[in-house]
Amino acid sequence: MQQDWQPSCSLELLRLRAELLHDIRRFFHGRSVLEVETPLLGDCTGTDPQLAFFSTEFCRTPLQQRLFLQTSPEFAMKRLLAAGSGSIYQICKAFRNGESGRFHNPEFTLLEWYRVGFTLPQLMDEIEALFAGLFNGYGLQAARRMSYQAVFQQHTGLDPLQFCHQDYCAYAVANGLPEAVGLCTDNHLLWLDFIFSHKVQPLLGDNALCMVYGYPACQSSLARISADNPDTVDRLELFINGIELGNGFYELTDADEQDRRFTKEIQVRQEQSLAPVFKDQRLLAALAAGLPDCSGIAIGLDRLLMVLGHAKAISETLSFSIDRA
Amino acid sequence: MAVYSTNEFRAGLKVMLDNDPCAIIENEFVKPGKGQAFNRVKIRNLKTGRVIERTFKSGESLDGADVVDVEMQFLYNDGEFRHFMVQDTFEQYQADPKIVGDAALWLKDQDFCFVTLWNDAPLAVTPGNFVELEIVETDPGVRGDTSGGGGKPAKLVTGAVVRVPLFVQTGEVIKVDTRTGEYISRVKE
Repeated sequence: MQQDWQPSCSLELLRLRAELLHDIRRFFHGRSVLEVETPLLGDCTGTDPQLAFFSTEFCRTPLQQRLFLQTSPEFAMKRLLAAGSGSIYQICKAFRNGESGRFHNPEFTLLEWYRVGFTLPQLMDEIEALFAGLFNGYGLQAARRMSYQAVFQQHTGLDPLQFCHQDYCAYAVANGLPEAVGLCTDNHLLWLDFIFSHKVQPLLGDNALCMVYGYPACQSSLARISADNPDTVDRLELFINGIELGNGFYELTDADEQDRRFTKEIQVRQEQSLAPVFKDQRLLAALAAGLPDCSGIAIGLDRLLMVLGHAKAISETLSFSIDRA
Repeated sequence: MAVYSTNEFRAGLKVMLDNDPCAIIENEFVKPGKGQAFNRVKIRNLKTGRVIERTFKSGESLDGADVVDVEMQFLYNDGEFRHFMVQDTFEQYQADPKIVGDAALWLKDQDFCFVTLWNDAPLAVTPGNFVELEIVETDPGVRGDTSGGGGKPAKLVTGAVVRVPLFVQTGEVIKVDTRTGEYISRVKE
């Protein structure tokens, strides 16, 4: 008899998820943020070399069209914003190929929202308010806001904005990570990912929401360059108990700059022999038509449930994790 | 030999790392939402027994190691080597004390154990989880004391010393858990 017909999560977590979804919808309803749905299956996908996608064939006789399961609803939501939707939110599935582990399931649930006219600090205020409600009765400590440079320096003594290869190597060797030297070579971005995920992130947000902002410009993704420091971007990440919960931006609205970042990422994909993707021309057209100034963030709800439900692995929060889906 | 990528690293998989055969203990996928994916892997070096942690870029690979655990009978100790035999094939292997290690303290002639072979040469010896061995030396206990409390050291025929209850006497055979070195029970002959 097969035993894996049963859910991966407890019925208690199933109920906790239902409650979480209800609380989130009530929060945004109270603030007049519009709930939307965008396609999970689309003609284009992101160019980020770090994200692997699932694709499928749409049989539309006599043609076959390749479609992508979305790695994030970001592009479609930005097109709604450019069309004048005003502030919007969405709770949806996102798909990332090859991601599986204690904190990853290739299919997962995102809460993504965009606030028209909000700067990053204003968005942080709203995140704090949302978390205060969701964690009511949980005993979470007061939220903290720290710059990437400050947390990095605090936990490693290294400056993340000034790449000194020798210092980084010496740090890795002295801290039990000698393999970093060969693995990261002279790639500043790789060094930051390596040291941050091994030595900084695990210490962030001890029973508290930790909001890290001001990421190094080499980790810009879809964020704007900070007005007060061109070496950093207006990007935000959320952590509780060392778990990465969300990633937000003061959104890039410049179509030409977006086009350049697409070109650069496509080039990196080619260099690394990754599956080719094309620029999402509809997103570029929407940006050219005018994306209102806005801030947005995506939060992984399964991981949030891990924290709320004291789960050790993401599978404990999912009805059926990928191994029994 | 097969090549294994980080996403195939499972507990128990045997791979070559720094020219030594190793067993994967744990493999954690570490990936920032926007950033490079890593695998943080806990590995046991099968030659030294040491456990280390090592990070790989996801997608990197290691060569598999030709390592197998084979059940064998311990035949005898010639003073320099201990000799083992595979029951079905009568194939024999010899291992020096460095390889046999502490397992020697649990092995008596004719007992079965596991010999780890790397490229068909012994790499390590693991005794069965439970062994039955005779006590060759222990203080005479107080008659009538059947409690488990307290206990006393007892030297076994193989040289191991375990704590036994006071009522257990020299010449008796006892069952011992080799993983913890703990006395389990007396064995009636």
